[in-house]
This record gives sequence, structure tokens and C-alpha cells, in this order.
Amino acid sequence: MENYIVEMRNITKEFPGIIANDNITLNLKKGEVHALLGENGAGKSTLMSVLFGLYKAEKGEIRINGKSVNINNPNDANALGIGMVHQHFKLVEVFTVLENIILGVEPISKGFLDKSQARKKIVELSERYGLKVNPDALIEDISVGMQQRVEIIKMLYRENEILIFDEPTAVLTPQEIKDLLEIMRGLAEEGKSILFITHKLNEIMAVADRCTVLRKGQCIGTVDVKDTTKEELSRMMVGRDISFSIQKEVMETGDVVLSVRNVTVASKLHKNNAVKNVSFDVRAGEIVCLAGIDGNGQTEFISALTGLDKTISGTMTLCGQDITKASIRQRSIIGMSHIPEDRHKHGLILDYSLEENLVLQRYWQLDFQRNGFIRFNEVRQYAEGLIERFDVRSSQGPVSTVRSMSGGNQQKAILAREIDKKHELLVAVQPTRGLDVGAIEYVHKQLVKRRDAGKAVFLVSLELEEVMNVSDRILVIYEGEIVGELDPKKTTMQELGLFMSGAKRDTSKEGQ
Amino acid sequence: MQNKHASNRQFKFSFHDLTHNKGFSSFSSALMAIFLGLIFGFIVMIVAAPENAISGFSYVVFGGLSRIGDVFYFATPILMTGLAVGFAFKMGLFNIGASGQYTMGMYFALYVGFMWDLPAGLHWITAIIAGMLGGMLFGLIPGIFKALLNVNEVITSIMFNYIGMYLVDMLIQGNAIMYSSPTSRTRYLPIDAKIPSLGIPGSNVNLGIILAVLIGIVLYIILQKTTFGYELKATGYNKHASDYAGMRGKRNIILTMAIAGGLAGLGGAFFILAPTAIAGSSMTYEPINIIAANGFNGIAVALLGHSHPIGIIFSSIFISHIQRGGTLTSLVGYKPEIIDVVIAVIIYFSAFAMIMNAALSGFIKNRLLKRNAKSKDSEPEIKEAG
Repeated sequence: MENYIVEMRNITKEFPGIIANDNITLNLKKGEVHALLGENGAGKSTLMSVLFGLYKAEKGEIRINGKSVNINNPNDANALGIGMVHQHFKLVEVFTVLENIILGVEPISKGFLDKSQARKKIVELSERYGLKVNPDALIEDISVGMQQRVEIIKMLYRENEILIFDEPTAVLTPQEIKDLLEIMRGLAEEGKSILFITHKLNEIMAVADRCTVLRKGQCIGTVDVKDTTKEELSRMMVGRDISFSIQKEVMETGDVVLSVRNVTVASKLHKNNAVKNVSFDVRAGEIVCLAGIDGNGQTEFISALTGLDKTISGTMTLCGQDITKASIRQRSIIGMSHIPEDRHKHGLILDYSLEENLVLQRYWQLDFQRNGFIRFNEVRQYAEGLIERFDVRSSQGPVSTVRSMSGGNQQKAILAREIDKKHELLVAVQPTRGLDVGAIEYVHKQLVKRRDAGKAVFLVSLELEEVMNVSDRILVIYEGEIVGELDPKKTTMQELGLFMSGAKRDTSKEGQ
Repeated sequence: MQNKHASNRQFKFSFHDLTHNKGFSSFSSALMAIFLGLIFGFIVMIVAAPENAISGFSYVVFGGLSRIGDVFYFATPILMTGLAVGFAFKMGLFNIGASGQYTMGMYFALYVGFMWDLPAGLHWITAIIAGMLGGMLFGLIPGIFKALLNVNEVITSIMFNYIGMYLVDMLIQGNAIMYSSPTSRTRYLPIDAKIPSLGIPGSNVNLGIILAVLIGIVLYIILQKTTFGYELKATGYNKHASDYAGMRGKRNIILTMAIAGGLAGLGGAFFILAPTAIAGSSMTYEPINIIAANGFNGIAVALLGHSHPIGIIFSSIFISHIQRGGTLTSLVGYKPEIIDVVIAVIIYFSAFAMIMNAALSGFIKNRLLKRNAKSKDSEPEIKEAG
């Protein structure tokens, strides 16, 4: 036997109606980066929660350094040297980096907080692992990538030997991802053992030594990364071949469908405007992608475009009609379909049935109502048709409560509704957020289909790969301004990343 | 073994359909709340006066049956205010102003009853419609504040309870045709302003209860079958999604509050325009600066009825029933307020609806599963399940 630092043997964890982990065995060697790969709902997070003491497994045994242990809560995990960087950081925004790091393990001398001792240790750790954090900066003032490094120091400060990273790259820019992967390698070389939860294959290929693949709660296998390929891993993860590049024919673009001129939108968070003087066109038969790091004005711009919020100045024209002051319903009638960013907040009424949600944009049309009375037979027929065409799965068909459906199928329902509605422009905001590889492929295909049907598609995305693969034209937004217009065929991910992080801008766009 | 498994699953599915039916779960949790509330009331009675507890409790439970006309008469206003609260609640609005709307409706109905001279058949109908308009006015204003200025409807409607009550008391006391200072009450209404009686001897029960039940059924149809109901419930479940779908949220808020106000106003009209058992007399109003309790009882009725119009019809009759029974407990020495304790406890428990429902359906499930298992053992030759 090799010297495993963590052995999780035959772990089984059940939730009512579902086996989240079915007899899973995972062994972590000392000093390795071990990736845990799987689709959403494959059981990765559950398995890590078992290790971190958030859940108790029904069956199985956990051994740390060869000794069988009982982990009942995160404090137990901490005592055994297990630390975790959560997907959503657990930091106090108005505290400094130092205060956040020592939170819970404050060094005390004579009854008073002794920060100088802590500061020395933090600076030392920061230098040793190349983390470059300033202990006196406030969390709210530093970037997301820096916040993540604070989380890493938090684990190191507590002298954790086993570090769990839960989808750490989801919130980072390409440059920050590169830095993080380097840091992870550095930590492994210093003898820390790392568990890396992800569904991004490139990152696994770049950093991991070994990879364990989960699918539907079961362990598919553990492979050495150097002996495998991306295609092999994705097949293990999904259970079938996935095409990474999207098949797209070259399309002639048609007339201008959406025209945006000098639009400025106020911010709800601060006094500066969130969107500043934005102008662009979207034509029929093209997919234009608004790329940018989260929080650079995309949400505000989409609210203004779809009518949820007002603009301060500028005009928007859809199919030749001025929609700057039009109501949401008017925009919808003129030809706008909208796949919203937050499907639970905007896209669906979770307590309504699937069929009621499928007519959410159309219930008032004469197809579905007469004299104010809803024609339930027509609604049922229509819903059944959509469910079949878009393969929306649910427990009870049209009458199932949407709340009970899986995220992927909820998204399919929205997609079905918005695509089937009469439209010229499809606004899709992060349409693949939180979906697994199979569902992402499906959504992308649908977007391309819309384009091929001669519709204009306006896509907002934070995912670089999605931006590069799906779009015909890329607009980069940074701090509320369009800083560049790129052709995905002629640019690289690195260049796009530089634009997104504000390091580069297309000066020729200015003054337009 | 295979078919045993299959038939078990079949059984589970049908049971699942039953217990996961929304109507069933609301109904069973309301029953559970009533049961626990009554037990609690019984315990209070035992503590207060053990020797009379049993006879007192039987008055609470069965006393109303001997006064069925009164049960329906007193159910009418709380049915209407219950609908007023429940209907607004479907849209996510808490209409705590049913009292003010009710009082306003009552005043408008009284005004038409005393001051307007109309043909006999038309008079009471006009008075009822006036009552509805009075209530609508007091629902509309908080609705406008909410929709256009985003002022919380709870605050405005509480204020309007007071405004309505003081305004009505002032107007009535200043009007010699309506108010008789020696009795410090309103005078008796003209005969043709009174709603036709249903003719149950010894009670005030009138056509109002039938109209109220019909209105409840109409509201049910509006909520379930119309686009307005679809929008209303959608807004109640998820305001953001209703905006996203282009529903006119502001218009719907104003409309819903106006309808709710109208419902409560009708409650006031139905209550005050009632004929009494004594010929020539009528119900009277005493302007003594008290907020109408029927408005707040409407909140209790709506909660017990899970804001469902049909549920509210039954819960109002039930609350009225135990209230009538409660007044009878004074025959064996209890204060009638005991019944307010019982109602309060029932409402308290119905707030735990989901927990109780889970407990109840879990209990039934276990029992049925056991029985099912037993019958399986005795009849092992059962083959295909379906």
C-alpha cells in the first residue's frame, strides 16, 4: 500500500429518493493534486461535504494517515488538518484580510488581541507560497482572485495539510485562473495534498496528478492524468462522446435587428453609472456575445434592454421600432425573447405547474384565452407539444410543479418557451450557468439553430470557452464600457482575457 | 417476490397523489389545527372550572347547531372580510385594513338606507352596492400608495382602519336622521332598505349569506380560470417573474386592493342591513370609537381557510359556529371570551400547517402501509398489480 493521507472507503450517502454517493472510494496521496470530476448532481459536493463533516455518510469509513476517524462537523475536520475553499467565499467584507484570517483562532496575549504575531505569520506564508496578499487591505476593496487567496491563507494559517477546492475557478478571470493553478502546484510541491473539485477538463489536464470521475453518484474510476486525454475524461464523466467544438455553418448576416445607441444605465450599488454610453448593432443571423467578468455592467444593461429597468440616456431600436421607453410586454410583442440570468428569480414561477410556466409569455394571447378565461385544453396541448419537442423531463409531465424539476430541465422549459414564442431577437443571459456538459451542449446547439433560422442572438456570457465557441462576434464590456470588438476566429483566449480584465482596450472604438 | 414489490409501488403512487394534493393537505392541516385548538380550549375550561368543563365544552362544539340561523348570520361578515384578506393575500398583499373597509362599507350602506328615497325593490340593492363602493374606496387608496409610491400596504391600511372608524363615527353622530342621541345608536332602518330575510325564526339571517357564498364561488372561478387570476397568483408567488413576463404589476395591485376593499365593504353592508326578528327594528351601529372586530376575524378566517375562497366559506361558518357556541358557555358560568382563546389557538396551529400535515399524513401512511403489509401476507397469491 502506498501512503495515502486520506482514504475514503465505500462511502454511501443517501438523501430521500436519491443515492448521492453510492459506494465511492477515493484515495488521496500526500503531495498530489487530485481532481474530482463530474457533472452537476454527480455527487462531488456531497462527497466533499462528507469529508468536511457537513454530512454524515450512512456507510463507509474515512481514514486519515491510516487511522480511522469520525468527522461529525467542520471543527473535527479542521482538527484533522482538512481545510476547504468554498465556491462562495466565507469572508467578512468589512474586515481586513488579517482579521478574516485569524477569525476563530485569534491570537491573544494578556486578554487582548495580538495582531503583530499573526501578521508575521501571514506575511511569511504569503511569501512562501507566492500569494501576494496585503494583510491590511479590506476584503471589499480587493479583487475576487485576491479574496480567494485569502481563503487559501486561511487554510494554511490553520496548518491544514489537506486542502479542498470547490470549483475555485468559476469566478476567476483567465489570468487569475493561471495564477491559481500555479499556486496549487506550488502548494503540492510543498507537501500539501489537494482535492480539486471541477468540471473543467482543461484545468485538470493542466494541474492534476490524478483524477477520480463520478457519474450519477457512482465512482467511474480513477486515472493518472498524464495517461489520459480530455476526450477520455469527458466520456467517463458524461457516459457518451461530447463534441467540444460547435458545428457552425458560415451565415450571411441580414438586417439590423437590434440597434443600441449611447445607452447609459444607473447603478443600484453606487453613484457611478453601471453602463456608460454603450452603442452596438445586432443583425439577423448572427450571435453577438457580450463578454466580460461578472459585475461589469452586464446585468444592468440587460435589465435596461429587456425593460426591467430604465435607461438614463440613449436609444434602443428593435426591428425598426424605438423601444427605449416601451413596456416589457410591448418589447415582447415586437419580437424580443429573453432567457434570464436568474431562472428562479425571473424565469419561472416555481410554484406553478410546468404548463402554466410554458405559457408565461403567451397566456394573454387569443390562442390561450377567450374573454379573460384561460383555455386550459389549449394550454395542455401546447405544453405537451413543447415538452416533447424540447425533451423537457419531469415527474408528472405538464402538471408537475416546476420547483420539483432539475435545473437542466427548468432551463430547457425556459428555452422552449422563449424559442417557440414569435421573436426576432433572442437575448440569452448566461444560459448555461450551473448546467452540466450535456445540457450545455444542448443549449449551445439551440442558440446556433436560432441563428441559422435567421434570428438575431444576443448572448451574455462569463465563460471564455462559450464566448469563443458560440459567438460570431464578441463585444467586451469592462466597467460598463465596450472596450473592444473581437472576431472569435482571429483572436485568442489570452487576448480576450486581457480585454476582459481591462488591461487592453480597443482605442479605435472610443468616441464612437 | 417481484410482483409484491410492484404492487407495493403501485399503492405508494396512488397514496402519493392523495396526500400531495394541495386541497387535501390544506384541509387535513386545518382539521388538525381545529382539533388541537378545541383540546386546548377544553384544558383551559378544566383549569377554570373543572366541574362544568364537559357541559361547557359540549356547548362550544354543539351549541351552534341549535342556533343555525345565527351561525349563518354572523358568518356573513367574517366570510366577506375573510375573502377580502385571502384574495389580497393570493397576490402577496397583506390587507390588514379589512376593518376600515368594512366600517366604510357599513357607513355607505347606512347612508343610502337612511338618506336616499328609492323604490322598495331597489333600495336595499342600491344600499349593498353603495357599501361595496365604500369599501372599494378604502381598499383603493392603500393600493395606490403601494403601487405608485411603494408604501407598505400594512402600514397604510392600519392607518386607514383608524381613519375609517373615526370618520364614520363623526359622520354618524353629526347626522340627526341616522343617529339617535338618547340611545347613542343609529336609528332603525326603513323596511325597504333591509335585505330580505331567509325566514329562519329567531335570527337575523338574510339573503346576504347566499350572496356571500356566491361571491366566494365567483372569486374561486376568477382565481382558477381567468387570466387575471393567473396574473394575480403569479405575482403573489414571484413578483420578479411576473414583471419579467410583462404583467402590469401596478395596475394589478390597485385592482386587487380595490376588489378586496369592496369585499370587506359588502361584509359591512350585509351585516348592518339585516332584518331582525322583532318587526320594525333593524341592526344598529353604536359609534363608540372601536375598530370593527369583524375585520380582524377576517384575518383568522382567511388563515384557517388557507386563503382559498372555498376554504374561507367553510372556515367562516365554522368560526361563527363555535363563536355562537361560546356565547352559550355563559349558561354554565364561563366567560364567552373563552372562545376567543380557542380561535386564537386554532389560528396559531394552522400557522404550523405544513408540519402538522406532515405528521398527520405520516401517521396515516404508516397505518395504511402496515395494513397493506398484513393483507399481503394473508393473500400471497395476488399476481399482477395493474
